[in-house]
Amino acid sequence: MSVNSIREDEVIRDVSKKETLIRLYRYLFAYKKTLAAVALLLLVTLSITLMTPLMIELAVDTYVANRDTAGLMRLAAFALLLFVLYILCTRCWMRMMADVTNKVLLTIRSQLYRHIQTLSFHFFDSRPTGKILARVIGDVNSLKDVLSDSVTKLLPDLLTVIGVVCIMLIKSWQLALAALLALPFLVAGMFLIQISAHKLWQIHRKKNSNLNAFIHENFSGIRIIQSFAAEPERQQDFDRCAMEYRDSFVNAVRIADMFSALVEITWSVGGFLLYFIGIRIVGADQIGVGTFLAFSTYLKMFWDPIRNLSSFYNKIVTNISAAERIFDILDTPAEITSLPGSTALPPVKGEVRFENVSFAYSDEPDMLVLENVSFTVKPGETIALVGPTGAGKTTIVNLISRFYDVTNGKICIDGFDTRYVTLESLRQQMGVMTQDTFLFTGTVRENICYGKSDATEAEMIAAAKAVNAHGFIMEMENGYDTRISERSSQLSIGQRQLLAFARTMLSDPRILILDEATSSIDTHTELLVQSGIAAMLQNRTAFIIAHRLSTIRGADRIFYIDGKHILESGSHAELMQKKGAYYRLYQSQFECI
Amino acid sequence: MKKLGTYMKRYGLLYLLGFTVMVIGTALDMLAPLITRRIIDDVIAGGRMELLMRLLLGLLGIGIGRAIFQYIKEFSYDYIGVSVGYHMRRDLFRHIQTMSMDFFDRHNTGELMTRTKEDVDKVWGAVGFVGILSVEALIYTVLALVCMFRLNPYLTLVPLAVLPLIGFCAVRMENGLGRVYDQISEETAELNTVAQECIAGVRTVKAFARENYEIEKFSRHNQLFYDLNMEQAKLVAKYQPLITFWGKVMLLAVVIAGGMMVITGRMTLGALGAFSEYANNVIWPMELLGWLCNDLASGAASWKKIKKVAQQTPQIKDPAAKDTQYNNSPETLRAHYSTQDSSAAAAQHNGTASGALTFEHVGFSLDGHEILKDINITLRPGQTLGIMGMTGAGKTTIVNLLQRFYDVTEGRILLDGTDIRDLPLAKLRASSAVVMQDVFLFSDSVTENIKTGCREEIQMPTVEWACRQAGAAHFISRLGNQYETIIGERGVGLSGGQKQRISIARALAKQAPILILDDATSALDMETEKAIQKNLKELKQSTKIIIGHRISAVRSADEIIVLENHTIAERGTHEELMALKGRYYQTWCVQYEVENATGRTRTSGQADVPVGNAPTCRKETILCQ
Repeated sequence: MSVNSIREDEVIRDVSKKETLIRLYRYLFAYKKTLAAVALLLLVTLSITLMTPLMIELAVDTYVANRDTAGLMRLAAFALLLFVLYILCTRCWMRMMADVTNKVLLTIRSQLYRHIQTLSFHFFDSRPTGKILARVIGDVNSLKDVLSDSVTKLLPDLLTVIGVVCIMLIKSWQLALAALLALPFLVAGMFLIQISAHKLWQIHRKKNSNLNAFIHENFSGIRIIQSFAAEPERQQDFDRCAMEYRDSFVNAVRIADMFSALVEITWSVGGFLLYFIGIRIVGADQIGVGTFLAFSTYLKMFWDPIRNLSSFYNKIVTNISAAERIFDILDTPAEITSLPGSTALPPVKGEVRFENVSFAYSDEPDMLVLENVSFTVKPGETIALVGPTGAGKTTIVNLISRFYDVTNGKICIDGFDTRYVTLESLRQQMGVMTQDTFLFTGTVRENICYGKSDATEAEMIAAAKAVNAHGFIMEMENGYDTRISERSSQLSIGQRQLLAFARTMLSDPRILILDEATSSIDTHTELLVQSGIAAMLQNRTAFIIAHRLSTIRGADRIFYIDGKHILESGSHAELMQKKGAYYRLYQSQFECI
Repeated sequence: MKKLGTYMKRYGLLYLLGFTVMVIGTALDMLAPLITRRIIDDVIAGGRMELLMRLLLGLLGIGIGRAIFQYIKEFSYDYIGVSVGYHMRRDLFRHIQTMSMDFFDRHNTGELMTRTKEDVDKVWGAVGFVGILSVEALIYTVLALVCMFRLNPYLTLVPLAVLPLIGFCAVRMENGLGRVYDQISEETAELNTVAQECIAGVRTVKAFARENYEIEKFSRHNQLFYDLNMEQAKLVAKYQPLITFWGKVMLLAVVIAGGMMVITGRMTLGALGAFSEYANNVIWPMELLGWLCNDLASGAASWKKIKKVAQQTPQIKDPAAKDTQYNNSPETLRAHYSTQDSSAAAAQHNGTASGALTFEHVGFSLDGHEILKDINITLRPGQTLGIMGMTGAGKTTIVNLLQRFYDVTEGRILLDGTDIRDLPLAKLRASSAVVMQDVFLFSDSVTENIKTGCREEIQMPTVEWACRQAGAAHFISRLGNQYETIIGERGVGLSGGQKQRISIARALAKQAPILILDDATSALDMETEKAIQKNLKELKQSTKIIIGHRISAVRSADEIIVLENHTIAERGTHEELMALKGRYYQTWCVQYEVENATGRTRTSGQADVPVGNAPTCRKETILCQ
């Protein structure tokens, strides 16, 4: 299995930036009407902003020069009115735009999360949780500025630039061309910077992801770290991760900060060309002092928005790698889905049939884990799976729940091929308990009722009692409403396992799978739980991978799995008589005497 | 954690550089119009063409100069920001790492991630570029005000009257935003926690087909996050335009008032022109103010959250760390860790801890619940203690107390005659190696996992030795890259038994004087377990504490204790406990009775085993795997 660790960077598919951008903007353009309104309001505020200097000019040059107090007052009143309008419009578009931006983020985040839920185990197996988290939270948040600036900054600046260029061209096309001559220089420079900056930002986001994964793992495993007094070396590793994160940022801004420097240079080159061409080539007398004067003002009006535009471009370059990482996940196909046209699995009686099932993990297609496995389990049968580590016991039960898809052959439940029924209907009728029990932050009640949210109080307590958990739950501060947290030391591992047991029991599955589910429960508790387990096994098909000899011996049939096959199958007595692999395994326990 | 200023002070010189460069850049900015004016006045109007090239080159020079200064400015502030962030993050991480278990019981991983990641990033934004932009804006405003005052002190009253209004708006906005960002930061932690749990527990989610429930849960927080962000946006939308409005009004008022003064002859037209130009210069800092407030408020809110974490002190205090606690310069930090390192190394290699262990009337309560009381244990170096007891009886708590994850609330624990509370934590923990019940492996190579905590000391032969002892060598050799194979988070890709064996190897490799196995062989197959038990017995110099559910795991211990009702119910050697016919005997019976039953299938010669020796085999024998 290829596993990505916190030390390595992830591999992201190469997609053209244009494609990513278009895709990003598609989210934005879902709000066409709002965007149009924002654009309209922006036009109003932009014209008020542009009118302000004109009004000042008018006031000074006309009214003050002519000592027209009344005119001055009229103008003041008019201007005040405009400013109030400005406030109103700005407020409006700011709110609308914030709404659109945040909604887009909401959509992307929920889409991303929703999609991640559909991904198969393979996806989760191959990368640390922290790296997935980095994308759902961090990467999405970093799109915020790009999205809102795309409308609120891009539009006014573009309009200003176009307006100024038009005016310049009308006033004197020669001078205008001279001033614009520097522009290609800017574009070329930005393009060059962008190429390396984009790569560097990509690296930065990967380092960000590594850091996230490291922090996640560190705090999840804090007990081991403290127990092994490994803090100094974890700190060293953390420092390295944080240092790489910092360095990758410094490397990126080293290039990216050239953007504004480039604009400054082009600006002065533009000025240089303007005067040089205007005076030396066209001739000063041809153009006139007034025009030159006006042009030096226009030049400023032209370059300010250009500066903004280039910083916006810089922002896109900075954050597009975040978008790439988000789309990378959205484009990861869910390997296991309900096929179109698949029907809900009707209430299961419990017949499970493997027909020539072969299985290999998708990244190691040549390494078969199971080969041509066939068997039929009758409804209500209890099957114990036995065999050496890594023989494929867990794989078999994982295939029944369709956590992975078979490579060859098929698995039928009550005659329905598991691939052609909806996933939800299949898994809702399965109860799987694994060795590492996972409880969610929340109350004891929420955890027990996780698989059956509409369970009544009585049902819940019955389940808890059946697994002998009721006693210790009631001893807790708030009984069933006690909040348990991720690492909380209120519960021992064994007690956590009992809660998980109650959870599975309450969900009342038609097919039960116990994968080393009671390993941390002591003999006495097990005795107390045994009747509960027995009740649970009654009348339902069950697959058990366990250490408890009693459970294995009590099984209707035992499958001995090794070398990709079921080597032996039969009841305990049959297999003992056969004196094969199971017999040898069984006998080996007595060697310790 | 130090004060924010301390972090910034380290980059004082860089701040100064950026500041100087900013001032020069601004000065150059002022120079450019002068040159333009000379080109127009002298060259175009005056016809002195010989000046043109010089002036143009001057213009170009200014442009290049500005470009360079601009670059230096931006880069130095980016550099400062990210570096301050780096140091802050490092200290915060270090601080959190030293926190004791009660802290981690209270704080979810998702929350801690938010503090060390998102929150630090926000503070860095505030101390870097945003911080300096505010200074720049301030300087601009003050300079312009001074110039205005020199031009016309009376007219300056207008901007002086408007500025407090703007300041008032800014403060109001800052306050409101501070509150919202406080919640946003909190909600980010929530969102992180929900997502983190769901992704970490994805197997459970999928097994119960509860994806939709999880999506709903996330959606609720996602929606809340949206609401808070909208609240923030509305606050900005409320004050930001108002601030800009006052800026514009100020300009207008200057022109009107100035205009009246000109009309009444108290001011020249030219002076008014210049004055309004300056007033115009004050507008951009005002427009920036709203944006700056926003980012500063966000940084401040995050800083508050970080401080809240940083101010917590670990309940478990390390006597060795006392002197360095309030001095966190990198040098002392390094020194701090290196002394820890050497003491840890010393403990292992010079055998400073011999492994004699005493529990004297130890009691422990958590949140008012009594978990252990009156525990007395004496272990001489090399002795083995077996602990049995029901689920939740407090077996693991004994280990937690011994490693000082929690401090005893009654009595004391002595290691080699010293109260463990007087020992440096690193030394204490280095003298014991634990195989925990829930296996946690890092997503790293097998070797690195086994070397945990002693990366420098443990050599490859030790790693291989430990793996052989733990019965892991065989399957490791079959992994893709053997010892260098990366195992996934929490050991994804390995079976339960394989993970457990690596975790046993990790503890063995540490070669600590005390070895603790907390139900460490639950997922192992029979033969492996037996082999490991045999290997463990050979580690004669180690004091061993073995917690187990199976008689076989503990029966050869020098003393076995059975916990019940928070205290030791029975104690003694296997034979003594058998004779006692109490809880231990009952457990044995349950496990042995089945042996009798299965015995029938065996050859008769093996069936009648003397009672004292028989119970090595048990009902719950591992048969599979």
